[in-house]
Amino acid sequence: MNCITVPLYRAAHGRTGDKGDRSNISVIAWHPELFPLLVEQVTPEAVAARFRHRSPSCVQRFVLPRLQAMNFVLDAVLDGGVNDALNLDAHGKALSFLLLEMPIDVPDHLQHLLAGAPGSR
Amino acid sequence: MTSFAPCPLLIGCAAGFSGDRTDAAGPVVDTLIERLAQGPCGQRAFLIFETLAERTLALAQLRRRADPEAGYEPLLDAMLRPVLARCLLHGIRIVSNFGAANPRAAARHIARMARELGAPVPRIAVVEGDDLSSPEQRALLREQLGAKMDGLAVVSANAYIGAEPIAAALDAGAQIVVCGRVADPSLTVGPAMSHFGWRANDWTVLGRATMAGHLLECGAQVCGGYFADPGYKDVPGLDRVGFPIAEIEADGRCTICKADGTGGLVTESTVKEQLLYEVHDPAAYLTPDVTADIAEAEVAAQGVDRVRLTGVRGHARPSSYKVNVCYEGGWLAEGEISYAGARAEARARLAADVLQSRLPGLALRVDLIGALSLFNDDAGHALAATPDSGMRDVRLRVAATHADRAQAERLGREVMALYTCGPAGGGGVRSTLTPRLNTLSCLLAREAVPVRFEMVAP
Repeated sequence: MNCITVPLYRAAHGRTGDKGDRSNISVIAWHPELFPLLVEQVTPEAVAARFRHRSPSCVQRFVLPRLQAMNFVLDAVLDGGVNDALNLDAHGKALSFLLLEMPIDVPDHLQHLLAGAPGSR
Repeated sequence: MTSFAPCPLLIGCAAGFSGDRTDAAGPVVDTLIERLAQGPCGQRAFLIFETLAERTLALAQLRRRADPEAGYEPLLDAMLRPVLARCLLHGIRIVSNFGAANPRAAARHIARMARELGAPVPRIAVVEGDDLSSPEQRALLREQLGAKMDGLAVVSANAYIGAEPIAAALDAGAQIVVCGRVADPSLTVGPAMSHFGWRANDWTVLGRATMAGHLLECGAQVCGGYFADPGYKDVPGLDRVGFPIAEIEADGRCTICKADGTGGLVTESTVKEQLLYEVHDPAAYLTPDVTADIAEAEVAAQGVDRVRLTGVRGHARPSSYKVNVCYEGGWLAEGEISYAGARAEARARLAADVLQSRLPGLALRVDLIGALSLFNDDAGHALAATPDSGMRDVRLRVAATHADRAQAERLGREVMALYTCGPAGGGGVRSTLTPRLNTLSCLLAREAVPVRFEMVAP
């Protein structure tokens, strides 16, 4: 099976939320047929690797098939959270975009379901 | 066979945080009035404002210390004045946590506002009990938090209380309910409990109304705010994005729509993003009212800008309240300087090295805005692993905290001195020094936190 590698944002969208030093990031498939691909490739281990420089103490994944969504909960990635961190973005509002640039492999027959044009930003 | 289906309760949200747009409420109220005029007799509408985040209350408490008549939402007047008279005239009741650290003073302000507008002074209730200031409650917090609470200059301690006192105040005839730290979804659950006569252990309906409240509580975030991403998630009219209205049915299920004539959009995608926002385990979203469960939830578009949420379940509420304790956290110093043109990034990195050498005793965070900042970390692991990328317009930002103001002030002075002592061509120095508030969280048994409402006006 032929695949192309694309950034996750072409297959999914998402949003970051924070409570204390804990960040949650949703990953929501653009199309139901893309969802199994996300479950297979966007694993807790892959997400932990993507946030390695922030040393998460724990990465949990919750799978929501009826919403074609996953919810990732990352502990201790906000340098203490909104009251303690020195980051301009102490909430970690931007972190969904760090995850959504993760490369994923998409087989040929699903490529027409991807968002954005090939080669687009 | 025809079945009797009571008409849905309408709840509009006009603020998602302290500092939200003050022109949001007008279109929401206009839409509610229109719906009430066209809807069946007996339909009711509420307007909610959610204005408290983790730190907001501590800041409010500091303002109250300085002025006993302050300590509520600073934008209260700007948010409420444009719609107060119309809400009262059309029977739209108002529920909010804009009382912050001083609900009684907020109630007095609202009564004064009504008089100034020539409207009859409304029946206003305040909800209290969230503020854990008594010596007995502080002792209980010390038991929960242990030695890490000793020596802290505590500014505020508040429990996230629930919908029951809101519902009781509405049952008693309040037209406006002013709260402090209630859980955000409880602003929606309270009106629904009162309107439909739900009991405090009707877990399924409470779970459903809680998630309706969760979709409303961030205002525009379910209507295309915090969503737009050109080419991927295009949002029409973001400059005048609408605020949401939930139609809540007698069994708690809800449909989300938005104010008429506004920008933004309500789609399955916007609702899914907001449904999972700040959620951890989707099967156990904990509030003081219920443990809501969206593991099997579904969303379905019902036409333009209308999305129905179903499949939400509810389980017994937690036996404790969540408590946030805010304390003085020393000083935050931040300084910035920009470099542009050839080797700009190299010069910014050199400036950072100079500051590191000149500021022993301060743990500096270093960002290169334009190259690496938000994705960086306080310890600088990401920056250390990122070689000079040759960026030609870079703003160096450094930040540090210190318990001692004089130590923190050194940062701003050293950034300033880079003008003449630093790398070539540095410009646009800015620096700030701000007092910090830090938080600790714990749980407290519900029995230790008596909650109540009181009718304070007229």
